[in-house]
Amino acid sequence: MDLAFSPAEEAFRAEARAWLQANVPNPPLPSGDTKDGFALHLEWERQLFDARYAVVSWPEEFGGRNASLWEWLIFEEEYWLAGAPQRVTQNGIFLLAPTIFEFGTAEQQQRILAKMASGEEPWCQGWSEPNAGSDLAGISSTATRDDTNGGWRLNGQKTWTTRGAFCTHLFGLFRTDPEAERHNGMTYLLVDLRQSGITVRGVERLDGDEGFAEVFFDDAFVPDVNVLGEVNKGWGVAMATTGSERGLTLRSPGRFLATATKLIELAKSLPDTATPELKDRVTQAWIDAHAYRWQTFATVTKLVEGGHTGPESSMVKVFWSELDVRLHEIALELLGPHAELIDGEFAHWMKGYQFALSGPIYAGTNEIQRNVIAERVLGLPRK
Amino acid sequence: MRFAFTEDQIALHDAVRDLLNDHSNAAQLREAWGNETGRTASAWGALHAMGAIDAMRAEADGGLGFNEVDAILIAEASGRVALAEPIIETMMVAAPLNLVTIGLSAAVVTHESPFAPWADTAEVIIELAADGIRSRHRQDTTLTPRSSVDGARRLFAVSPNTEVAPASTEVALAFRRGALGTAAQLCGLSETMITVTVAYAKERKQFGVPIGSFQAVKHHLANARTKLEFARPLVYRAAASLRDRDAEAGVHVSMAKAAASDAAMVAAKASLQCHGAIGYTTEADLHLYMKRAWALGGSWGDAAWHRRQITNHLERAPIGER
Ligand SMILES: Cc1cc2nc3c(=O)[nH]c(=O)nc-3n(C[C@H](O)[C@H](O)[C@H](O)COP(=O)(O)OP(=O)(O)OC[C@H]3O[C@@H](n4cnc5c(N)ncnc54)[C@H](O)[C@@H]3O)c2cc1C
Repeated sequence: MDLAFSPAEEAFRAEARAWLQANVPNPPLPSGDTKDGFALHLEWERQLFDARYAVVSWPEEFGGRNASLWEWLIFEEEYWLAGAPQRVTQNGIFLLAPTIFEFGTAEQQQRILAKMASGEEPWCQGWSEPNAGSDLAGISSTATRDDTNGGWRLNGQKTWTTRGAFCTHLFGLFRTDPEAERHNGMTYLLVDLRQSGITVRGVERLDGDEGFAEVFFDDAFVPDVNVLGEVNKGWGVAMATTGSERGLTLRSPGRFLATATKLIELAKSLPDTATPELKDRVTQAWIDAHAYRWQTFATVTKLVEGGHTGPESSMVKVFWSELDVRLHEIALELLGPHAELIDGEFAHWMKGYQFALSGPIYAGTNEIQRNVIAERVLGLPRK
Repeated sequence: MRFAFTEDQIALHDAVRDLLNDHSNAAQLREAWGNETGRTASAWGALHAMGAIDAMRAEADGGLGFNEVDAILIAEASGRVALAEPIIETMMVAAPLNLVTIGLSAAVVTHESPFAPWADTAEVIIELAADGIRSRHRQDTTLTPRSSVDGARRLFAVSPNTEVAPASTEVALAFRRGALGTAAQLCGLSETMITVTVAYAKERKQFGVPIGSFQAVKHHLANARTKLEFARPLVYRAAASLRDRDAEAGVHVSMAKAAASDAAMVAAKASLQCHGAIGYTTEADLHLYMKRAWALGGSWGDAAWHRRQITNHLERAPIGER
């Protein structure tokens, strides 16, 4: 057991910290879940990309640094500690990209990855449909064969598509074999949203931002080169992405360590409201953020030594999402009558609280995750 | 960075686990509950023979010279079977500081744990006092019995009959080792309670199906398992911090003990609920582990006490988090 990072890793941390200190936008950018804010975020993403900090763990040819998983974690810690902006490219770089690295052709990798990372082509995730949320295998949007044009015609609707109104591309699951059983006959498709046959309608989220979208397909076209993995095998391809979403990549520990640190500072700045009881909860949340960090270090050690993550990622998802809610709940209690303000210096806590509340819903609800933990980690019977 | 055990450490753990399965199973633990000493018939001798009790004693003093990371999995294995022996007191507190002769056992009192388990059969009574560690022969103390909810833990309030000079100044280190070892035992106990309950939930049928297929039962156990998943890394990290004599090792131990105590309390409650009334009898084995968890949860500083230490630390320190 060796708890020290190597001199090279520490040097990388120092370099990243210095760059972030010099470049993180101040004052912070407006929310990236609005049209104008999104555009500003894309500029930031471009700046990250040009400095080769957008996707540090990727191969150099796609804009990365070939960084190890450890360096990636270090970068994430520094990124969030520096108060840097949310990553509006996340659903591409953290959810789709791992799948493209695993299942994509060389041509797809060349064509898609660098543009995704630079923000030139932002991607959104098109899984949920009005009648298929937790029960993702219940999707009914279809892709039918168009032999004349060498591709597929899409019909149906996706919903809750994060930043769908601002993205140029969508990855999603579509039924390609209507006769097949539920988990079969689906195909993972990469869709250019900039075409007739597609209508995107922004939907206002709980926090007032137009962060959701509904995407309607009316004979939209996807060429064969944009099938990811095999036709009718989309379910297996998609499941590879859920691992990234629940586990390591989407919400790394650095994010919650940074929030915990801010919470401690908030408690210190409000000595009159920080009762012993609230301080105790602040401390508990800080312990939990560290618990997530060290649990992650155990996972990363396993991965770099050739192991795999399994259904344990469901415990990770439950843990970080509920920790995020607790961190913000405590902040609101500290703020008392200031908690409701969505202007002024504390506004980010209410904003953050509203977003934290979505954590137990997206990426597979926590009820579903607990079912997975019980059945696949503990081995309890499905029925 | 490598946050994992070595093959040797895991092999040692497996050997201890196998030994304990032979010498400290539930039936043998029940015997300890009923006998004069509260201790098992053969576990102590067997652990001693394999070198486990003296693992952390310096080689020059006849031990194996192991560090906290080497020993932590032994502690966890001992917790898994609710071992009724003063292993943490002897292996982690007394032996590393050479305060007890090889082969003998130690009992420990501290401000946070004023009742010493198994003191009446320990040859040496260690007192962790503010100004140093005092070590006395049992005969030089007066023991007043107290009763623990855990029938195997024979507890005693200790009053010294002699004045002795401190034998060591390593009070903080000794306390941290004791709290850390106890945290590891609590993780072991949590694991056992969950395992026993999962087995029961697969077997017990109601409404024609195993109760483990009901979502409410699943979610209780998923919660307990998740708590454990995020307590264990803190325990292992604290072990490595202590080994490295990290300046913040005390805070790391407090994080570990707070998390492990909480995880064990959650596991106990979930396990009892999922067992139903059978879990509320002393016929089911569950109570053996639950009661040890309750006892250890409050020993060596309970969760709230350890959180207070951390709160004090956070108030003093600017948090340049690493
Ligand atoms: C902020 C946010 C961003 C999102 N972004 C995207 C996106 O970019 N792309 C995308 O495709 N989707 C996105 N989603 C949608 C998300 O994937 C779904 O909300 C999620 O899968 C749950 O589906 P649902 O909302 O239809 O809820 P439902 O499935 O209808 O569930 C409602 C309630 O019933 C419970 N429930 C359902 N089934 C079970 C069961 N078997 N056992 C126990 N309880 C059950 C759920 O846990 C939940 O509490 C986003 C959601 C949010 C909140």
